[in-house]
Amino acid sequence: MSLAGSDDTSRAGRLSPIALVGAALLVIVALASVLAPLLVSSDPLKPSFSRRLAPPWGLGGTPAHVLGTDNLGRDILARLLHGGRTSLALAATSVALAAAVGIVVGLVAGSGGERIDAVLMRAADVQLAFPVIMLAIAIVAVVGTSPAALVGVLALSGWVLYARTVRASVLTIRRLEYVEAAYTLGASDLRIIGRHILPNTLGPILVIGSSQFATMVLLESGLSFLGMGIQAPQPSWGLMLAEGRDYLSNAWWLATIPGLAISLVVLGANLLGDGLRDLLDPRGSGA
Amino acid sequence: MKAYVLRRLWQSALTLVGVSLLVFVILRVLPGDPAKMLLPEGAPQSAVDELNRHLGLHEPLHVQYGLFVKSVFRGDFGQSFQYRAPALRVVVERLGATVQLALAAMLITVLIGVSLGIVAAVRRGTRYDYASTVLAVLGQSLPNFWLGIMLILLFGVALRWLPTSGFESWRHLILPAVTLAAFPMALVARLTRSSMLEILGRDFIRTGRAKGLAERAVILRHALRNAAVPLLTVLGLQIGTLLGGAVITESVFAWPGMGKLVVDAIFFRDFPVVQTVLILSATIFVVINLLVDLLYTVIDPRIRYS
Repeated sequence: MSLAGSDDTSRAGRLSPIALVGAALLVIVALASVLAPLLVSSDPLKPSFSRRLAPPWGLGGTPAHVLGTDNLGRDILARLLHGGRTSLALAATSVALAAAVGIVVGLVAGSGGERIDAVLMRAADVQLAFPVIMLAIAIVAVVGTSPAALVGVLALSGWVLYARTVRASVLTIRRLEYVEAAYTLGASDLRIIGRHILPNTLGPILVIGSSQFATMVLLESGLSFLGMGIQAPQPSWGLMLAEGRDYLSNAWWLATIPGLAISLVVLGANLLGDGLRDLLDPRGSGA
Repeated sequence: MKAYVLRRLWQSALTLVGVSLLVFVILRVLPGDPAKMLLPEGAPQSAVDELNRHLGLHEPLHVQYGLFVKSVFRGDFGQSFQYRAPALRVVVERLGATVQLALAAMLITVLIGVSLGIVAAVRRGTRYDYASTVLAVLGQSLPNFWLGIMLILLFGVALRWLPTSGFESWRHLILPAVTLAAFPMALVARLTRSSMLEILGRDFIRTGRAKGLAERAVILRHALRNAAVPLLTVLGLQIGTLLGGAVITESVFAWPGMGKLVVDAIFFRDFPVVQTVLILSATIFVVINLLVDLLYTVIDPRIRYS
């Protein structure tokens, strides 16, 4: 669906300005996180009890700690940027894994015959029946909170969308005349998939991936917030928020700043996803 | 229509079988030694042996699964060792609080989400449209744990207008319900806007206006009613969002429902309770979405014949 006023078809073929803002937000946060060791000299893990709970610069703090310090005197900016590396890397890996699994499942379901299709689609229903975060915390509680486990859990929550989309377009595309013609001319299944089906599903997959990046960041920070994601003392946005919760009355910035970071990334990914969707489907349908 | 109902019933039953299978795999197969996990730490060997026998853990997996399903059907979800009571009873006692919170959030979602969507569609391209869209985008982008904490900061800590935790009165319900509703409300607002826009362009709307119907009747009776079917689907699917969102929202506001229960249970490694919450919430989701699908056939006769 489109943003107000941006769904005129005259602008088809280009990303809307708002989507570009979204993309820029993502790029800025991603760059700042990747370059964290160059941008901030403070150690994100080293406590300094003499400098606990310093407010941000401009609100009574010093330029040495632009965003202030936390309850253990650690520099918040350093923790924010280093935490961003973890959060963004986990989210990106999970999106890639979910997409890979979903695409394969979708291809198999769409072209592998009715029985296998039915089994795979019921599996998708089962996946969707669980509230994502409940399933995630249960699995993490059993297998632990290693990065690999987190990526696995996040990807598990995300494959269904790709599978359904790819399956639907396989079913449609297979019946198109030029694809039937290709079959008649002796093209193999793999060739049909590679030449006709995948290129046609690339657009929707990009849209899903972009919006899902937002969901994954939310989910990862939600898990870390509950204490079931990245573990202390490693910095992570969700964990910083949880730690800041106990200091709302005397150091509000502790919980506010990491939440802003999460919101910016999620907003950026959502705007980009919306823009991509408008670009691919200028009529502005779907939600 | 009968075929449709039967097919949906069959699908739902299969989904529930899948649910039980997945829970079985997570809690019985993944851990390696489930008896250790299902008992409190430091339980004597005799208790481990007893549970092994009870769950049939020395049997092959398919026999174990059979026993697992049988006990679930009997309502035997194991003993919560945190509360020293049957796990099912512990969970059902907390279900009421979650349902109350979810209903309040659903009410906000429908009332505010649909209104925002209608205003945005009817006043398309105006600042009302713009404001409602911005609100919707924000609602989908603010993490609910952060939104909850910011509401606590504003209304609890700074203004001192509303209580920020607990379960005593309706005033305790406001902040958690708003927090939980933010995401689905945004979704519903956007969906209402797009389907209203589509429907308002149709011929029967033009006919309605041409024959002199009041604009109010055109929008509420004719357009909104046609937008109701996709809305209902999304609302049904949002049950999952609400149950999942309750996990975080209830933890933020110390709301004594199923979501907070499952988080606490995981920290106490009270897996019988975790297993019960998983099965119960998936079942609620499947049943409600089945009912929604059956409801369509009443609202929209076209579906009966497809």
